[in-house]
Amino acid sequence: MEGVLHQVLSGIASGSIYASVALALVMIYQATHHVNFAQGEMATLSTYIALTLINAGVPYWGAFVITVVVSFVIGLLIERILMRPMANAPVLSSVGVFIGLLLIINSCTGWLFDYMIKTFPTPFPSGPPLFSGYVSGHELGSTAVTLIVLLAVYLFFRHTRLGLGMRAAAFNPVSARLVGIRVGWMLALGWGLAASIGAIAGMMVAPVVYLDPNMMSGILLYAFAGALLGGIDSPLGAVLGGFAVGIIENLAGAYVVGTELKLTVALVIIVCVLVVKPSGLMGRTVLSRV
Amino acid sequence: MSDEVAIPTSPSQRAEAAPSLLRAGSGAVLLLLLIAFGPTFLFSDYHLFQLTMVVVYAIAILGLAILTGFNGQISLGHGAFYAIGAYVTAILMSEYDVPYWATLPVSAITCAAVGFLIGLPALRLGGLYLALTTFALAVAVPQLLKHKLLEPWTGGVQGLVIDKPDPPFGLHLSPDQWLYLFSVFVGAALFLLAWNVVRGRIGRAMMAIRDHALAAEAMGIDIAMLKTRTFALSALYTGVAGSLGAIVVQFVAPDSFGIFVSIYLFVGLVVGGVSSISGAIFGGLFIEFVPNLAEKVSKAAPGAIYGVILIAVLFLMPMGAAGFLRSIIARLRR
Repeated sequence: MEGVLHQVLSGIASGSIYASVALALVMIYQATHHVNFAQGEMATLSTYIALTLINAGVPYWGAFVITVVVSFVIGLLIERILMRPMANAPVLSSVGVFIGLLLIINSCTGWLFDYMIKTFPTPFPSGPPLFSGYVSGHELGSTAVTLIVLLAVYLFFRHTRLGLGMRAAAFNPVSARLVGIRVGWMLALGWGLAASIGAIAGMMVAPVVYLDPNMMSGILLYAFAGALLGGIDSPLGAVLGGFAVGIIENLAGAYVVGTELKLTVALVIIVCVLVVKPSGLMGRTVLSRV
Repeated sequence: MSDEVAIPTSPSQRAEAAPSLLRAGSGAVLLLLLIAFGPTFLFSDYHLFQLTMVVVYAIAILGLAILTGFNGQISLGHGAFYAIGAYVTAILMSEYDVPYWATLPVSAITCAAVGFLIGLPALRLGGLYLALTTFALAVAVPQLLKHKLLEPWTGGVQGLVIDKPDPPFGLHLSPDQWLYLFSVFVGAALFLLAWNVVRGRIGRAMMAIRDHALAAEAMGIDIAMLKTRTFALSALYTGVAGSLGAIVVQFVAPDSFGIFVSIYLFVGLVVGGVSSISGAIFGGLFIEFVPNLAEKVSKAAPGAIYGVILIAVLFLMPMGAAGFLRSIIARLRR
């Protein structure tokens, strides 16, 4: 029983990472109906930026803030330069641009920072595990950070004018434009925000999985599974789905399939969701008028 | 339907049209034969190996083109079927001593069956869901291949080594020459099949689903079933390509079938031209030769160059190389 509790707790810790990446995916999906296949590589790039800053002598939290800001700008620029012309293009074109982006960022990180696996520092105490051995300091700290981020995003969308404008732009672009919201900029801001959230997730997971150019490919897969499980057009659903996938992954890895098939668990979750309830647990069923 | 407009009305005209059509057709066949068989005796074994890989990639991309170009479904995981085809061939050849040519039908059937099963849930929904599911499949495949339950067959992380087949009937050819001819033969058969499928009733139904799913359904097309079958056919093509690839490379290992195989096939598809059969050949040339050139710059260069070219093609010539050539020819003729 103690083993189960331990697995659930570390599932929550990794689930918080999946939840953040899933939230980043859903934010972009809600606004543009694009699935950002390059989300993982963008987060990896941000993590490398953070590592470079830390190695240059910047204190951890300073590097953290700078990385979040830089990632925001990168996300903004990608939307303005690459995605804007693709707004009304067929699905294939947008998928193609994302794949192109994935390839470019992946090989650039490999080229600039080489393919060696690197360690990434954690700001949290690495002393003996807390709570009679259930949770490590980093797990607790990273879960806290991601929960704060998720709460901040929630408050931003609920209680600020800008958040309201972004929701309006995603929900009904035409009407939003009519009441004076600059829809294009709202989409760009959403991209920036998604990139920042991904960057935080990258920095929080890097001490656990170590940093290399392909660090996020597995995590992106879990985030996909989480987003689909919760409903790909529901931010809250994506967050809950991310946590659920983290717990399922840990339990299944410990008791059912073993650690070697953990990625297959994500595939099975995706297929099961699509078979049983394609709209996800909290998503809307899309009806289209004929 | 537009083909029927061109049918000549009087018998004399029909008699005139037939030979010229025949002449054009036989000219094209002669040209094809020249392109296919010329290199066999002119090129070195290494260059023949590269050309064989072009044929292999072209078949794989053709499978993707049938799915994406003619049916409008996006797959980011065809590397998985390539891997399955390769492993079926490798296992049959190394464990059961099955001759190389007899493994192709087995891997074709296996891949079609797996494609059918994967497509069944994903294809009921819109295009992005299939892209997501297949992406997940491609990421998961290397782990599956390494799993210890499969290790007695797959050889685990080590992979499997297979022997290069000798030319049959005592032909005086090197193994590379024979493999090139064999691949060209298989490839030509598969291209002809694809050409016929796409131009027939099934192909028109596939394109109707791509262009307007609702209208297609109103015309009585069983959308889910046809989409799933198209996916199975497409998986079959890519699986056969994987089998040929395994025979040519003589080696399979889990880590050579990561997500990047799928992504490179996708890049080849877009660069060659999505909804064109000949585009698959351009795509095959692209993914075989561009990395060779790019690797002279740096180890990381192929990925970046692929990405840049992919995005550039999407922005500048969305119909790919084949569509671009076609538009140039059309302009010259005018």
